[in-house]
Amino acid sequence: MRELFETTIERIFSDLVSPALIHQCADGAWPGALWNTLEAAEMTWAAVPETLGGAGATWEDVYTLVRAAGAHAVPAPFADTLLANWLLGRAGLQPVQGPVAIAAHSNLTYTDGHASGQLDRVPWGRHLRRMVAIAAGRNPQIVVLDTASAAQVGPRTNLAGEPRDTITFHRAPVIHAAPLPTGSHPEDLLLYGAMLRSAQMAGALQSLLQMTARYAAERVQFGKPIGQFQVIQQQIAVFAEHTACSLLAAEAAFAESAIDIGRLPIMAAKICAGEAAGIGASIAHAIHGAIGFTDEHSLHLKTRRLWAWRAEYGSQSYWSQRLGQCVCESGSRALWPMLTQPATPRRGAVTETLL
Amino acid sequence: MILTALRYRRIPPAAEELRREVRAFLDVEVRDLPAVQRADSWMGFDAPFSGRLGARGWIGMTVPKRYGGAQASAFARYVVIEELLAAGAPVSAHWIADRQSAPMLLRFGTEAQKERLLPAICRGESFFCIGMSEPGSGSDLASISTRARRNADGWILNGRKIWTTNAHRSHFMITLVRTQEKNAERHRGMSQFIVDLSRPGITVRPIRDLTGDEHFNEVVFENVELADGDLVGVEGQGWEQVTAELAYERSGPERILSCMALVNTLIDNVGRSPDALQARELGRVAARLFTLRNMSIAVTAQLQSGENPAVAAACVKDLGVTLEQEIPEIAQAICDMEPSSEGTDHARVLAHLTQLAPSFSLRGGTREILRGIIARSLDLR
Repeated sequence: MRELFETTIERIFSDLVSPALIHQCADGAWPGALWNTLEAAEMTWAAVPETLGGAGATWEDVYTLVRAAGAHAVPAPFADTLLANWLLGRAGLQPVQGPVAIAAHSNLTYTDGHASGQLDRVPWGRHLRRMVAIAAGRNPQIVVLDTASAAQVGPRTNLAGEPRDTITFHRAPVIHAAPLPTGSHPEDLLLYGAMLRSAQMAGALQSLLQMTARYAAERVQFGKPIGQFQVIQQQIAVFAEHTACSLLAAEAAFAESAIDIGRLPIMAAKICAGEAAGIGASIAHAIHGAIGFTDEHSLHLKTRRLWAWRAEYGSQSYWSQRLGQCVCESGSRALWPMLTQPATPRRGAVTETLL
Repeated sequence: MILTALRYRRIPPAAEELRREVRAFLDVEVRDLPAVQRADSWMGFDAPFSGRLGARGWIGMTVPKRYGGAQASAFARYVVIEELLAAGAPVSAHWIADRQSAPMLLRFGTEAQKERLLPAICRGESFFCIGMSEPGSGSDLASISTRARRNADGWILNGRKIWTTNAHRSHFMITLVRTQEKNAERHRGMSQFIVDLSRPGITVRPIRDLTGDEHFNEVVFENVELADGDLVGVEGQGWEQVTAELAYERSGPERILSCMALVNTLIDNVGRSPDALQARELGRVAARLFTLRNMSIAVTAQLQSGENPAVAAACVKDLGVTLEQEIPEIAQAICDMEPSSEGTDHARVLAHLTQLAPSFSLRGGTREILRGIIARSLDLR
């Protein structure tokens, strides 16, 4: 399944996602042809259980789709839709046709089938058909909201120009609602978002590394390709190490969240990807020189996303501090058992303390 | 690209089951070991301890039963050695034999060599060292000049090896030497020999390191007589043997956990209510330990399935030792503590590992060599 997904998604993105399209979308366009192709290939429902009409892909397979979306800087909420539909399926709710995303930052309240409150930094909010949020409170609910019923849509963007909108609801009718599954935590949306961005960053780093290695092999200075200088080789090697690290960390986060959310793996993935993003973007720019700093060159389509994504759904700083507090509260004797805890579907005592 | 070949793998349940048993064993064995000795870990030499591990079947674990091993998976071995290292158990005596010599002999050795050498390795009674560097040959290993010449009875060995860890406490050295003159193809004409260190003509001189300990040595060979049966595998294949071995040496948990004792005393010293800086740094260390361990396990999976993950192993080692070397720096940055061999556990461990840390990126291939291997995989060399 994984290989089939990989070849299909690579073909779609290679054919349809161009720097020109990414620029148009940053100026407010919606990539209709791309989105229709993704839906027609049933990619947006890949993670939906077969009983609900999806492809029933494993969460590990879905990792490759999210990674590819990051590698191609896909200017649409494709990864967000995969996640939202998967979460809906798990909560026993019908997945959504059309673009849908989770809203991890909200002060939503839910009463009598209606929701009120503000959702912040909603990915591609203005283009979404639906959004998935958690209404906190004594009985937290997962709710599905119709973007058309929003009282206000405040357009905002991240530093890469991707929509991250503020959306307000006043007693809007809720499309679906379900109690948060036992063992879930309202902050889980933040973690799932972090997992998504980790895999997108890993994909972007992989693509950036390829661009950088290729450029170093082609660009001639001092009479030879700059990639033949050890000082360049050593930098690209460090970049490659961090890319490998972020790829594996993201894959682990997905694999360990297939049944129950893998809190430690997700935190670790976001922390490692964030660190890799800073290092990778810096080396990529250093090696590309002035041409890579131009608007015309496609390098910044990846590097600006890395700088944006590493801060979304909790930065390295945020998750490091959370994890470090947990490490200290649990004491030194608990650290090694925590790091080596065999992955099991059930919720372990140590992961409980992580949030 | 070769980097994406590294796939996340869980340690299989059968191997995971060993963990509890090893922890129970270590609870008794190293309970009273001072923190500063735990910080020595795979530099800590304790022959009786190695014997007790051997009796449990925890040395040479992947060696077939007919040679005295446990015929276990690479994952089972991984569980055992990472538990030993995390606890700071003194594994140095058998470490090289278990990690490199046994797998190397299994892969390249003759049947007679396997039968002669492997059972005692697995019992934790036979200790090995590895003779690679020479006074004039460090990172440029192919420039070695120690030479074995054929004579009527076998071989005569002359030359000098340096930085040989545990040569003064080992029974055997497996050493890379020239068996032909240097020529244009610099990776040709080398072979490996198993040298019984009790033979005449061998002088072992320990070299004191900057911490005051004696781990590594200079070893001089003067007309040392070797038998044909001491040649590993086929004459002239030394370089291939050595490079194949390096993936074992570069990807294990010992490239991540060298400062585990310091992480532990640091957490104790910070206490249950860290400030923001302390929490952030310790959280980052935990995240990187977690991920690098997963990378190391992924390489183990490749070794288990018979692949040669040389590039991935280089990644693990460089990232791993970078973290290991950062830990004393982080400890110094987040706690006001003078490193001291006369202070608290934390001060003593900090003093020891601050001084030991430079060696982490030297042993087993320098940072620059590893990065060169990675660059070559990206078609830059």
